[in-house]
Amino acid sequence: MAAMSTTSKKRPKYLNLIKIKLPIAGIASILHRVSGVGLFLMLPLLVWLLELSLRSPESFEAMKQVAAHPLLKLILIGLLWALLHHFCMGIRILLIDMHIGVDRLQASSSAKMVLAVSLPLTLIVGAKLW
Amino acid sequence: MVNRKLVGAHYGLLDWLVQRTTGVVMAAYTVIVAYALTQGVGSSYERWLAFMSSTPMRFISFLCVVSLCWHAWIGVRDTWMDYVQPAGIKLTLHVLTVLSVIGCGGWAVQILWRL
Ligand code: HEM
Repeated sequence: MAAMSTTSKKRPKYLNLIKIKLPIAGIASILHRVSGVGLFLMLPLLVWLLELSLRSPESFEAMKQVAAHPLLKLILIGLLWALLHHFCMGIRILLIDMHIGVDRLQASSSAKMVLAVSLPLTLIVGAKLW
Repeated sequence: MVNRKLVGAHYGLLDWLVQRTTGVVMAAYTVIVAYALTQGVGSSYERWLAFMSSTPMRFISFLCVVSLCWHAWIGVRDTWMDYVQPAGIKLTLHVLTVLSVIGCGGWAVQILWRL
């Protein structure tokens, strides 16, 4: 710390977005936001698929076909990830609100747990569905 | 002098509580539907329709839609507030967000009420 005297600091300071290193809890956190906004943006698509799935036997089949399109598959698997990540992270936030796992080490290991659950689960469920 | 800009948002503890409550509702709904899907309710149109039009599902699906709309409005609005500074653009984005959330919510409710 002593080496970082004020005189040796380079000014002005630039933030290099590629070099910024977020702690793991920071990464999980920003992904919670990204996943929430992603789900919001794709809401019309999801409601449309819900409508197709329920209107008639024909539209149920049509829904399956729409969902089988490669581009839609990609979007849907992205949304699956978003939901799973947002879900796990949401539970983590609720626990922290209840003062469970607040300290830095616990918070960082619970963030790791969120990623360790949501990513493989996305792959497993995704692989099962397609 | 009060110097406030109209950006279409209000602030506070209520929003925080709503975000948590609606989150719990949606989390429960996610678990219920995911479990039902593993039991094969999605295997045919008849089973899917029977599942979604059952009385408990009518109740919680509606709750989930309302929760989702309220939750998404608060969450997306907070995101705009963090990144967009000019009041005019922020207000516009907020209004577009409310409108799209209400539109999607109404659409989803109509789907459920036709069952
Ligand atoms: C699966 C159930 C869900 C749970 C448990 C959940 C939980 C939460 C919680 C606790 C927050 C507050 C975060 C904070 O104050 O730091 C939040 C924020 C948010 N949620 Fe959800 N949520 C769920 C589903 C959704 C859905 C379906 C959407 C999109 C339509 C969504 C969009 C958002 C957005 C945009 C935010 C704001 C993120 C931010 O401010 O960084 N959530 N969620």
